[in-house]
Amino acid sequence: MSGNWVEVCAADEIDEEDVIRFDHDGRTFAVYRSPDDEYYATDGLCTHEHIHLADGLVMDDIIECPKHNGRFNYKTGQAKGAPVCVNLKTYPVKVEAGSVFIALG
Amino acid sequence: MGSIVIVGAGECGARAAFALREKGYDGKITLIGAEPHLPYERPPLSKDGLKAEVPPKYVADAERYAAAGIEVLTDTPVMAIDRGEKRVTLADGSSIAYDRLLLTTGARARTIAGIDEAARRIRTLRTHADAEEIRRELSPGRKLAIIGGGFIGLELTATARRLGAAVALIEGLPRILSRGVPEEIAAVVAARHHAEGVDIRCGAKIERIEADGSCARVVLAGGETIEADLAVVGIGAVPNTEIAAVAGLSIENGIAVNATLQTSDPDIYAAGDCCSFPLCHYGDRRIRLEAWRNAQDQGTLVAGNLLGAGEAITSLPWFWSDQYDLTLQIAGLAEGATTIVRRELGDDAFILFHLDDTGRLLAASGIGPGNAVARDIRLAEMLIAAGKRPDPQALISPETKLKALLAA
Repeated sequence: MSGNWVEVCAADEIDEEDVIRFDHDGRTFAVYRSPDDEYYATDGLCTHEHIHLADGLVMDDIIECPKHNGRFNYKTGQAKGAPVCVNLKTYPVKVEAGSVFIALG
Repeated sequence: MGSIVIVGAGECGARAAFALREKGYDGKITLIGAEPHLPYERPPLSKDGLKAEVPPKYVADAERYAAAGIEVLTDTPVMAIDRGEKRVTLADGSSIAYDRLLLTTGARARTIAGIDEAARRIRTLRTHADAEEIRRELSPGRKLAIIGGGFIGLELTATARRLGAAVALIEGLPRILSRGVPEEIAAVVAARHHAEGVDIRCGAKIERIEADGSCARVVLAGGETIEADLAVVGIGAVPNTEIAAVAGLSIENGIAVNATLQTSDPDIYAAGDCCSFPLCHYGDRRIRLEAWRNAQDQGTLVAGNLLGAGEAITSLPWFWSDQYDLTLQIAGLAEGATTIVRRELGDDAFILFHLDDTGRLLAASGIGPGNAVARDIRLAEMLIAAGKRPDPQALISPETKLKALLAA
């Protein structure tokens, strides 16, 4: 199911405890680097309104929507309370030869 | 068991109702609102909610209330609070008993004394029904006279222009957004509206507003008359305090509550637009906020306090406005600032940081396309809440990450 690996960027293009937006094939994703230097990916738009999460703030394992402060755990996609109640879809991520890849199902 | 009654079914009341369940309360919850709809979000009413005939953006659908065991009474004005009997009285004369009562009665649009509110050519914008009425006039060839250069008036102006209607915006003060928005940012907003062809009149004194079946006329001091298909009055909001006042609760620019959002009656709490509260981080000065996030924050906090948590509100004022592709965000209160420094974020986005004479950060206000300022405003909010005195040069420098200042 994780057959379709897509290259996102060089691993050092994402700061620790930060996020970037990644658009691919008409879809948009948010790709994260955690404070403990692991990489994660979720759908790029908040489930409350269509806002790019990559403009938001990463604190520990939480991404906060820049518009209305809806919070998600970006490692699991779990919505952390109002105004968001629908979880984010997450995607497998790997780092190989200094580049970040996500698996699009 | 027990019974908690929430009077006022907007963002704050709905949030409190769900938060009661999230915090483990298993008694009866009755959420009572005067409007015909389930609680909905008001921010879209001046923005995307005006662009097409859409249902309100509900906070939650009927299934979620049912699943949480929250009884919602719509179309049900509450007429009185009987504090002795601990009951609220409804319009049909029936009453509902409470152990604890939460007032989230919100605010209503302020209007101009003496204008004929029954005239369909003069409106205010507060409810979904108001938005439906106003939307009919938002098309090419129509003209709006918008009275008041605050967030509501300007957002409505931007939406009207997007839909092709002409707008004359009439502001009594020398500039738009004089309440709480720095002049430098208001100037960016004004320039953008000018570029979109909006006729902005600042320092205008309105002599009278007339309306008939087809037209509204705003007559200015000096004799000039602005004719429009519709006049919309956007001059702020008035807290709904009447039933609280009649019940003898303390009122002070809103239903007066302490830091735990408790009114002068220990069994009654108030939250959101309707209440004034002591503002932490700013010397506990009493303030009333008309803001979506405040409604959420206070709704969540008050739920715990209705159950005995006794927790004080510590969140900061936070506002945003969307106009065209611009978003403005403000965290904190800039009043009393002696130093303002500017941080450029690129793409015409910038943030102003407001510091007091001890160097403490009081507020941050930013504007830019899309959500360009959001992340730094959020970090600024954390710096303010932490009582930080960041180096102004570091705030200015784009090389300094605000997150680093937070850790410092």
